[in-house]
Amino acid sequence: MILIFTEVADGAIKKSSLEAIYYGSKVAEMMQTSAVALAIGNADATELAKAGNFGATKVLHANDTKLANANSMAYANVLAEAVKNVGAKVVITAKSSFADAVTARAAGALKAAIVGNVTELPNLSNGFQVQVSIFTGKAFADVNVDGDIKILAIKKNAVAPIESSNSANVEIFSPALSDNLFTAKVTETIKATGTISLPEADLVVSGGRGMKGPESWQPLLDLADALGAATACSKPVSDLDWRPHHEHVGQTGVKVSPNLYIACGISGAIQHLAGVNSSKVIVVINKDPEAPFFKAADYGIVGDVFDVLPKLTKAVLASK
Amino acid sequence: MKILVCISSVPDTTSKISFTDGDTKLNKAGVTYIIGPYDDYALARAVELKEQLGATITVLNVGGADAEPQIRKALAIGADDAIRVDIEPTDSFFVAEQIAAVAKEGNYDLILMGRETSDYNSGVVHGIVGELLGIPSFSPVMQLDVTGNEASMTREIEGGKEKLTAPLPLVLGCQEPIAEWKIPNMRGIMTARTKPLKVIPAAGLALTNTEKYSLPAPKGACKMIPAEEAEKLIELLKTEAKVL
Ligand SMILES: Cc1cc2nc3c(=O)[nH]c(=O)nc-3n(C[C@H](O)[C@H](O)[C@H](O)COP(=O)(O)OP(=O)(O)OC[C@H]3O[C@@H](n4cnc5c(N)ncnc54)[C@H](O)[C@@H]3O)c2cc1C
Repeated sequence: MILIFTEVADGAIKKSSLEAIYYGSKVAEMMQTSAVALAIGNADATELAKAGNFGATKVLHANDTKLANANSMAYANVLAEAVKNVGAKVVITAKSSFADAVTARAAGALKAAIVGNVTELPNLSNGFQVQVSIFTGKAFADVNVDGDIKILAIKKNAVAPIESSNSANVEIFSPALSDNLFTAKVTETIKATGTISLPEADLVVSGGRGMKGPESWQPLLDLADALGAATACSKPVSDLDWRPHHEHVGQTGVKVSPNLYIACGISGAIQHLAGVNSSKVIVVINKDPEAPFFKAADYGIVGDVFDVLPKLTKAVLASK
Repeated sequence: MKILVCISSVPDTTSKISFTDGDTKLNKAGVTYIIGPYDDYALARAVELKEQLGATITVLNVGGADAEPQIRKALAIGADDAIRVDIEPTDSFFVAEQIAAVAKEGNYDLILMGRETSDYNSGVVHGIVGELLGIPSFSPVMQLDVTGNEASMTREIEGGKEKLTAPLPLVLGCQEPIAEWKIPNMRGIMTARTKPLKVIPAAGLALTNTEKYSLPAPKGACKMIPAEEAEKLIELLKTEAKVL
């Protein structure tokens, strides 16, 4: 059996998890078994049934009220129980820092082999081999995964899901939860609302020091708005508090692989590229024709961001 | 308080990555190794906690003898002693098992490390260690304070952050801005030479192994669009690149 750790947000399955479900169903086909999705926390049954459209045959829903808050320890406990319950040999998750925290603990409990940043379906011709992205996208490794139970965290775009009209039954799953899973107390949650999740986004508009300061971010926000894109920034920008820390992309920040990454006033330091180099298409806007980012770009505009950005926004709005 | 700081030894972030031996080994020629950037944040916060509250810091590396300059640097920055588990760190579970074995022996209040290594970027070792020890783990932690037997932390979540408290002992995966990277001073470098570094053998088996490496296909040429005709980009993104 293949089990997919499925993250839910606002009652529905996250887009990245739908991709993971599809990936899991393809692995299930290769191994002649089926794929079961595990969703934890508050979620709508009709939303969960959508796992069927992406290839899951069943959804286990752990909806104990104690699981309303994302708690990696409790979630890992539920995941490990589900693995035992369905006899899963392979666990799939979409890579995210929360999923990492959960699957890591489950790996500890199950003594499972765990690999992250998987970029393709596995090769089963000789054992179980996956390609993973290493050095934040600078290279790849073909990794043999031994171990009776294998946990794979897949990177965005590891598969291109095709939706079907199949549905999945949703079953309630209620393993015992001991009190010592809940010793941590969350005292405050600060979360941007109404914005597009950066790691999940297909389109990203990102700003660097060339954007001059927090007060001059509006032209970038306008373009992001017009495109329906998430916003990101370089490290110095978040270090200077021009933008919130969770927008910082790069080697020491969020790693993104959108279809389109538009870099505005970012020089393209190797540590920045490390977090964005697996984007499908990169556009660079920089007033310096020698900026290293142009070497990593598909499209480039040499010009002043404050002149170029409004033109782009206008063109996007005009083409709608 | 007893703090264990786990460090990886990784190529400098500006390194050009290449491979040798028929693409089965990382080419170390001309590559400078550093303490993992995230581990360096963990170490820096440990040193600050030591200054504030009094603590002993043990630095732990799972790695070969070539990691010793990085271990000495950690001692120079302020760790008191060091342990090296003498094995190449090839697999997350295996590395976590070594760390958990050392941690069990030492009864540490805090086990700190980076949120992920900068080579495989898996970000799972802290979680596995936490589970193996049966204690809570959190990551990525961007702020940490300790009062008595309780830690208060800020953890980054998707699109924001979360403040939480938990009783010690804990395993934490750290990231900026938990502390500023520290540079060793002359006195630190001198004393580091004589601080104890214990080398111990590994136990257990790796569950994964890398067979071969490869590099991504080189990018094609960048298509330049004159700034005066910037709006043309949107058309190209639609019709040519097909991403809009
Ligand atoms: C260990 C380590 C880890 C790091 N991790 C990261 C990371 O995760 N992410 C990251 O981003 N950085 C990281 N860095 C920092 C990185 O090395 C660079 O310093 C940083 O990316 C530069 O940010 P920037 O491009 O915004 O600023 P700058 O390098 O200052 O570039 C600004 C650019 O804006 C252009 N510009 C200025 N004005 C205009 C204008 N009006 N119109 C158009 N263009 C304009 C300039 O030509 C220039 O190219 C790391 C560094 C280290 C040592």
